[in-house]
Amino acid sequence: MTVPTWVIEIIPPVYIAVLAAITGYEVISRVPTLLHTPLMSGSNFIHGVVLVGAMVALGAASTGPEQIVGFLAVVLAAANVTGGYAVTERILEMFNRSKPTPKKQG
Amino acid sequence: MVDVFEIIEPVYILAVLLFIYALRQMSNPATARAGILWAGAGMLLAILVTGLDPAISGNSGHLVVNLALMGFGIAIGGGIAFVAAKRVQMTDMPQMVAVYNGMGGGAAGAIAAVSLMMNGGWSTNNLSPLDIAAGLIGSISFAGSVIAFLKLQGWMRAKPITFPGQVPANLAVLGAAIVAGGLFVWNPSFLGSVPISLLAVFFALGLLYGLAMTLPIGGADMPVVISLYNALTGIAVGIDGFALNNYAMIVAGVIVGAAGSLLTILMARAMNRSISNVLFSAFGAHEEEGAVIHGSLKPIDLDDAAAMLAYAGTVIICPGYGMAVAQAQHKVKELTDVLEAKGVQVKFAIHPVAGRMPGHMNVLLAEANVPYDHLLDLDEINPEFASTDVAVVIGANDTVNPAARRVGSPLQGMPILNVDQARNVIVLKRGAGKGFAGVENDLFYKDNSRMLYGDAQETLTRLVQAVKKL
Repeated sequence: MTVPTWVIEIIPPVYIAVLAAITGYEVISRVPTLLHTPLMSGSNFIHGVVLVGAMVALGAASTGPEQIVGFLAVVLAAANVTGGYAVTERILEMFNRSKPTPKKQG
Repeated sequence: MVDVFEIIEPVYILAVLLFIYALRQMSNPATARAGILWAGAGMLLAILVTGLDPAISGNSGHLVVNLALMGFGIAIGGGIAFVAAKRVQMTDMPQMVAVYNGMGGGAAGAIAAVSLMMNGGWSTNNLSPLDIAAGLIGSISFAGSVIAFLKLQGWMRAKPITFPGQVPANLAVLGAAIVAGGLFVWNPSFLGSVPISLLAVFFALGLLYGLAMTLPIGGADMPVVISLYNALTGIAVGIDGFALNNYAMIVAGVIVGAAGSLLTILMARAMNRSISNVLFSAFGAHEEEGAVIHGSLKPIDLDDAAAMLAYAGTVIICPGYGMAVAQAQHKVKELTDVLEAKGVQVKFAIHPVAGRMPGHMNVLLAEANVPYDHLLDLDEINPEFASTDVAVVIGANDTVNPAARRVGSPLQGMPILNVDQARNVIVLKRGAGKGFAGVENDLFYKDNSRMLYGDAQETLTRLVQAVKKL
């Protein structure tokens, strides 16, 4: 019995995904409670990379319905990526202003 | 001739590296700001280089129309989101995070829909089950986030919306969506010659499930829900990446999926509840009955409260959602300043699920310029209450309720701020209502507790003036 090509093709991305999951867990597990909102908002921005997929989906569309749904994907993804960036930036701006007070002793 | 993938792939790798570096930077308040700039640079590069993708440029028959639609779509989607994100009040941030996250989920679902329309089911595309999975998860995240947005924005009742048999009914909808998706993979023309009809049923059921799943979840459980949908969108994007063979989407999506899942677990743990309890129990819909509380509610005059604070050695402020509603964070900062001028040591106790999103209180207090080293976590601050003169509770309820230590209470086992151990407690509260969990707050009835009723912002303004006069 031969292994179908799609199975062989899907194996490398599976390795990548496993490593990415471990990376995500490791990077995030060190974030203090203080930064939970910017972390969430920042990761919200990062999944905005879905815009890349939306552009490909719309670009490859060749019928009316495909173009309509592809266009919808681009609009939603663009809102995700810009909104996510602007919100995160504003939140981090707040933390930037509220610097810790200089220690009085020592 | 150079293969365009020799340009696209290295740029995607760079973008992914920048995303990881950015998240790493965000784990420290001093470098967090730089982090988002790096992530933004990576994103911009990834988007620009995608324009070279042969799937776009090779579709010569529709190139002009599609590129025009693309530019227009990015302009309106991005434009509206940018303006809204810049204009919105800091107190409204939870719903903004929810809605932009939902958009990402919707985009992931729509990408899957295009792929399914173009490539059909298993017989023509062995990756169609992936599209079905991304379509389902994306639809759930989209519809669920929209409901979360409506609840947080106050356009919809924040209390759980329930009906008998809700959990089985919802699961039936989910099951039907999976069946419709499976049928499409097996035979796209199952519902007749137009494959889109079966797809439409599938997506409608997915959206319905996302909506139905979020209706019974109440306002105070939103920190869990928002981070859960963030994780789901990440996962949907990652699965889209598999289907499109796009490694940038796989890595970014899976990292967000892992990060969001971890945050969801942390939030649920901060309430000592399982994620399934948060999602399915319609917590807060029913009030506790039969619990007997001894003592009475004892109001305090504004001037007495001001004197108590001004002559205290140490004060701990415990903010909750009420502070956000009253937009009182700036007044809290003013009170801190006048007290510190009188030599009082002021600290803040931040419960992990105070507010409506993870870290909500930290953001609001940072907006008001409270130095972040004054904001202490549950574990750090709890040992200090016993040696504190005055604890001030501002619009917090369940997170300071000692009922959590009582067997049989709906809050049983939830880690709380040990406010009741402070020598004196002043509770700023709008009225005599119960907390989100529908449980009477034992704290308010303790001998050392005093109630200061009224709108938090107004009360604090008068409190600041009263302290200044002393």
